[in-house]
Amino acid sequence: MTGSNLDWTIVRYSVFSLARQALAGHAGWPEAWRKPEPKRRYDVVIIGGGGHGLATAYYLAKLHGITNVAVLERGWIGGGNTGRNTTIVRSNYFLKDNAFFYEHALKLWEGLSLDLNFNVMFSQRGNIILTHDFGGAEGATMRYNALRLNGIDGEFLTREEVRRRVPDLDFSPTARFPVFGAMNQPRSGVARHDAVAWGFARAADRRGVDIIENCEVTGFDIANGQVTGVRTSRGEIGAGKVGIAVAGHSGTVAAMAGLRLPIETHLLQAMVSEPVKPFLDTVVISPGLHLYVSQTDKGEVLMGGALDGYNSYSQRGTWPAIEDVVSASVALLPRLRGLKLMRTWGGVMDMTMDGAPIISKTPIQHLYLNGGWCYGGFKATPGSGWVFASTIANDAPHPLNEGFSLDRFRSGRTLTERGVGNLPHHH
Amino acid sequence: MLLISCPFCGERPEDEFGFGGDASVRHQGGGDGTEPASVEQYADYLYLRDNPKGRHAEYWVHRYGCRRWLVAERDTVTHEIFSVKSASEGGTG
Repeated sequence: MTGSNLDWTIVRYSVFSLARQALAGHAGWPEAWRKPEPKRRYDVVIIGGGGHGLATAYYLAKLHGITNVAVLERGWIGGGNTGRNTTIVRSNYFLKDNAFFYEHALKLWEGLSLDLNFNVMFSQRGNIILTHDFGGAEGATMRYNALRLNGIDGEFLTREEVRRRVPDLDFSPTARFPVFGAMNQPRSGVARHDAVAWGFARAADRRGVDIIENCEVTGFDIANGQVTGVRTSRGEIGAGKVGIAVAGHSGTVAAMAGLRLPIETHLLQAMVSEPVKPFLDTVVISPGLHLYVSQTDKGEVLMGGALDGYNSYSQRGTWPAIEDVVSASVALLPRLRGLKLMRTWGGVMDMTMDGAPIISKTPIQHLYLNGGWCYGGFKATPGSGWVFASTIANDAPHPLNEGFSLDRFRSGRTLTERGVGNLPHHH
Repeated sequence: MLLISCPFCGERPEDEFGFGGDASVRHQGGGDGTEPASVEQYADYLYLRDNPKGRHAEYWVHRYGCRRWLVAERDTVTHEIFSVKSASEGGTG
């Protein structure tokens, strides 16, 4: 299909196309997106074919009428952090910049499958954020109040309400981490992460965006303080504007343009058990233990925790973090005790010094940065692309991402959700 | 599991240590009694980090051992550790 335009009348996914393809033995499904050769020049080049880069290209084409766009991906679509996370989507933030941005993303999630004509399997099953003591409950109540004041849904659950919702938590008198109560955001949930990458890729391609895989950016062409193109493993590509959306490699790509960022790259692991029958129909989070547990549609128990703890680009983790996650999971949900761990993996996180992302212009004209997603990139995907597309198209931030500027670290307007200092360990 | 050779205690597992980040970070101005740091210098000191893919000079503290601060040179892709020195000898900060 190289370079050709697909006939979208036969690839629009519906029950009718499914039936038609089923009768034809499923032999007629075309590729979901083209594999074009890079052109010599684009109006906008997006570096990074993860969810954020693809969403940016999609919204540039859909909402801003900019269709001469390339997304350059060093590896393959779905091979990076978009396919490596714990799939949680929520908007229960405290600070207004974070709250309104992530709530905008959540609203986009609610219509995403229909918008993309691709089932991203967004399941609004809530996330039960446990508190283990009175102080934790006070903190959770404060956050709940902030949510309600910002017009975002939330509810506080007593110990008995948590017991009804997640009966498998340890409610015994000898529980290592007793359940005091919980905060829930009913509209939050999980989505199928691979489908998000594939859905945005297909929908962007449909609007004329060139998705170019196996194309590594090796440098920038900058003249008179303005970016004019990128050098890649597949040749030089001219660009009117360039957006960087490369997650854990934000620092290395920005360094090619001479930028030094307030970011450390760290490794975050996740893991799944062998599949078992459904027993957990929500996401359980313990901020105190820094633990996330949910059950996938395949039945695996999916667990994630804190960073390995030191700079890493390795995409593979070490045992202490796995042991922390598993021991905390078993302490909270004792019935996990006999399960076998089936698979573990790691992704590299771009951790900013205040825990909030950077979606911003840069000191170089027409070069834009979308990065610093810390633990929270997946849930932001559609919102991130939406505001980044607006920022690139208008050469100015949208009000929803004005607070996420790169220069906030010099102006002192950092966004520290936890109210503590400059450590790359925040959400 | 990283094995870190503490110059004082020998080879010990990583969970005895705490990580202190980029060892090239240096307080700008003020520290030696001369000019105070400018706002830009202080912001850079607080927030900007070398974040290389490859060799990285970084602080570690032997939290559950001798409690000394160390500077290790480590590869951030392979995790190979090339050297570990006492921060008072090998540090740059």
